[in-house]
Amino acid sequence: MPSPPTLGFETHDVLRQAAAWRDEKQGVALATVVETWGSSPRPMGSRLAVNEQGAFVGSVSGGCVEGAVVEEALGVIASGEPKMLEFGVTHEMAWEVGLACGGRVRIFVERVE
Amino acid sequence: MKRATLDALLADRAAKRSAVLVTNLKSGEEWLLHPDAGDAAPPGLEAEVAEALAHDASRTVETPDGAWFVQPFQTPVRLVVVGAVHIAQPLAEMAALAGLDVVVVDPRTSFASEARFPNVQLVTLWPDEALAQLAPDRRTAIVTLTHDPKLDDPALCAALRSECFYVGSLGSRKTHAARLGRLRKEGFSDEELARIRGPAGLSIGARTPAEIAISIAAQIVECLRAAPGKTGDAAAPA
Repeated sequence: MPSPPTLGFETHDVLRQAAAWRDEKQGVALATVVETWGSSPRPMGSRLAVNEQGAFVGSVSGGCVEGAVVEEALGVIASGEPKMLEFGVTHEMAWEVGLACGGRVRIFVERVE
Repeated sequence: MKRATLDALLADRAAKRSAVLVTNLKSGEEWLLHPDAGDAAPPGLEAEVAEALAHDASRTVETPDGAWFVQPFQTPVRLVVVGAVHIAQPLAEMAALAGLDVVVVDPRTSFASEARFPNVQLVTLWPDEALAQLAPDRRTAIVTLTHDPKLDDPALCAALRSECFYVGSLGSRKTHAARLGRLRKEGFSDEELARIRGPAGLSIGARTPAEIAISIAAQIVECLRAAPGKTGDAAAPA
C-alpha cells in the first residue's frame, strides 16, 4: 500500500517531501544523523528535510536540536556548502541547545541540488 | 545530495529494491549502490557496505579520503494479515504508519473489499495460495484473524514452513489450544508450534478492534527489533 503522503514518519517520506519542495523550485537541505554516542534519541541515518521557508519534516533528535539544525540548514541552502554539526549534553537549566538525555550526535547538513 | 540520487532512492522504494547510499562527508561525493544487481562499492568500503545492508544499520567509516557515511535502504518489512475482519482495518492503517508494507488476504470478497480497505493491497485467494504467491521471507510477519480453521490453519501451516519473523494467531486460549491440536496432526512439532504467538498481541487488556490492533502491532515491533540484523529499517521508527 502507498505510504501515508508526507506526514514524515519514515525516511522515504522525508525524501519524498524534499523532492516535492524541489519540484516547487524551493531551496532544500537534508540533515542526517551520521554518528551517535551514548543515549541519542534517533539512530544513525535519521533525516530531516528543511525548505528555504524554514518548514521541516522528519527528525534528527527528540525535538531537542531541530530548531538549531533548521537555522544551520538555511545557511547551507544559501551557500551550498555542506556542514557538519555536533551537539552534546546540556546542563538541564541552561538555555542552550543540546541533548538533555546525555547523548551526543553529529549531523551532516547538505543542500539538495 | 544530488537530485538524481534523491529520485533514484524514491524509485528504488517504489520498486521495492534495496539500495545503499555512500556519501563522503568531506567532499559530498555520492555512490548509490544496488548490491543485489552487483554494483561495486567505493574501493576499500566493500565489506562495510555488505555489513550495513546485512545488519540494516547505518555507519560512518573513516578513510584517508575522509569519513564516508554508509546508509542502507532496505525493502520494507511486510505484514500479511489473513482475515479482512474488523481488527484488520485499524491494524492495516497502523502498520502502514509504522512503515510496513501491508497485504490483507481473504477469499471472502464481501470482507476483502476496496470500500472496507481503501489503499490496502488485497489478495482474494485462499490463504495457502495467497502465501505461496507472496513467498514470505525473514522480513515478513504473518497474523491470522479469522478464527475460522478453514482459513487460519492453511495460513499458519504456510507461515510455519517459512522463515517469517512473526507468526500470530487471534483467538481465545481455548481456541488456540484446539488450533495447536489440529496443527500437531498436520505434523508440526511442539517446537515449531511455539513460534505462533497465540492469542496474538501483547497483553495490555485490549478490548476494541483498534486496541487489539495496537497490541498486535506492538508485538510485531517487539519481534522485529528483538532480532537485530534480520529485519528492520534503521530510520524506521521511520
